[in-house]
Amino acid sequence: MSKILVIAEHLNGKLNSSTARAVSAAAAIKPDAIDVLVLADNADAIAADAAKIDGVSRVLTIARAENAHPLAAVLAPQIAKASAGYSHVFAPSTTFGKDVLPRVAALLGVAQVSDVMSVEGSHTFKRPIYAGNAIITVEADAGSTVVATIRTASWAAAATGANNAPVETLSVDVTLPTHTRFVELQSGKSDRPDLQSASKVVSGGRGVGSKENFEIIYKFADKIGAAVGASRAAVDAGYVPSDLQVGQTGKIIAPELYMAIGISGAIQHLTGIKDAGTIVAINKDGEAPIFEIADIGLVGDLFKILPELEQALG
Amino acid sequence: MKILVGYKRVVDYNVRIQVKPDGTGVVTDGVKLSANPFDDIALEEALRLREKGVAEEVVVVGIGPADLTAHLRNGLAMGANRAIHVVTTDAVQPLTAARVFQKLIEKEQPGLVILGKQAIDDDANQTGQMLAALWDRPQATFASKVEIADGKVTVTREVDAGLEVIEAELPAVITTDLRLNEPRFIKLPDIMKAKSKPIDSIEFGSLGVEANDHLKTTHYAAPAKRSKGVMVKDAAELVAALKQKGLL
Repeated sequence: MSKILVIAEHLNGKLNSSTARAVSAAAAIKPDAIDVLVLADNADAIAADAAKIDGVSRVLTIARAENAHPLAAVLAPQIAKASAGYSHVFAPSTTFGKDVLPRVAALLGVAQVSDVMSVEGSHTFKRPIYAGNAIITVEADAGSTVVATIRTASWAAAATGANNAPVETLSVDVTLPTHTRFVELQSGKSDRPDLQSASKVVSGGRGVGSKENFEIIYKFADKIGAAVGASRAAVDAGYVPSDLQVGQTGKIIAPELYMAIGISGAIQHLTGIKDAGTIVAINKDGEAPIFEIADIGLVGDLFKILPELEQALG
Repeated sequence: MKILVGYKRVVDYNVRIQVKPDGTGVVTDGVKLSANPFDDIALEEALRLREKGVAEEVVVVGIGPADLTAHLRNGLAMGANRAIHVVTTDAVQPLTAARVFQKLIEKEQPGLVILGKQAIDDDANQTGQMLAALWDRPQATFASKVEIADGKVTVTREVDAGLEVIEAELPAVITTDLRLNEPRFIKLPDIMKAKSKPIDSIEFGSLGVEANDHLKTTHYAAPAKRSKGVMVKDAAELVAALKQKGLL
């Protein structure tokens, strides 16, 4: 009998779609219940969104001023308390889940399964190691709570709309630390689609050559309504901010269309895009490794090809 | 202030990993081993804090078999004052590693512990967070900037939404992201100097740490391959191909 607690990720009062992906992984276990836990200063709107996700049994909220920002040291003891009676605790394997969930696991004295790609049984999972160059099957201890982060690119978001799960407030008796304080979030405001969840992504690499030149990537992305990403080389060179990085240590994404422009395709980058529907590569070097995994390749000068593409699209 | 740095040895990041045909592991015989890249960044940051006068001593910690000493010597050559080698031939899972650090912290009383955000072999991304929980101290994961003043550390963190800045009281645990710094290269005279620096060996069994082996790896497999695609000649063909797939 499985009962799963999914930790909701949210920002600025809105539920992040990574939560519904974690719910999909929970549903794959065919549990008796999936409850979503929302920790926030004001949880109502987030909880209302979570209640609509298919498969969710209940939404639990812990609304406290201390939960205004996702500080792992503050959230983890509350999650550990709330996990009593659950067989599994899941969170998306985003920077939020990666930060907080190991802290929860340690408080519970259990191991964590990171980046669950598939569910083989209630305690058996597949996950990537070595930047996705090997996939291991792991068995968690049957007598312990299973704490796991869910690799969001491997799971479609559970549908929303048909469900109307009850929302209940939860109070946990736990003293919260004051040793860690949020200062600010510097977020590049953008009207473009979110990189993590976009259906189309256009990424630029070192071949783009400069921060100024990267405008050509933004312009083309806007033309087809895509999010913008980048390789580590482009981020390291200062062409774009770090939150655009796609790869082993950046974002792992699964858009329907991924266009790699001027990206040679280091293993670490390919790890981040393996689950994309269609991968298009444009590179002047026909020997670049990106062509080994691209569904459609075009060898040539990106500064010539992108304007031609725009023109062809009218 | 003393800084403890986790210094793990892993398969070099340039090695193309091969899964053994019988699914019992990956091929590591004869494969080049190096410091986990994130741990080199952790050590570099600790050394810079010492050079700024914020810290006095930098101690690298490794957990592994007897031959790990050669790897720890590299950390000493890079500039650490001394090394601690926790000796074990068993594979160590993150919670166990965190418990080892907790034990070492009791003895060493560091003001700061810096670990890589993940090791590039198991990609677990857990040990720093687990240690902070066991130690009941702040954690600042995925750091791209670290500033220490007045008993507090201000850390800029690379998060999905951008850059988050948090402030934490010391002692604390920091885990490093890629852009925190660029690790220095080891110079030959430093390799000579490192030979006389101390490495304390501690048997894993003597620490009184409960090994957590709750996760059993039952099978290794190569990832599913994407099938080879097609090459197009020009922009017009590319647009036609994408339109045909309904992607544009």
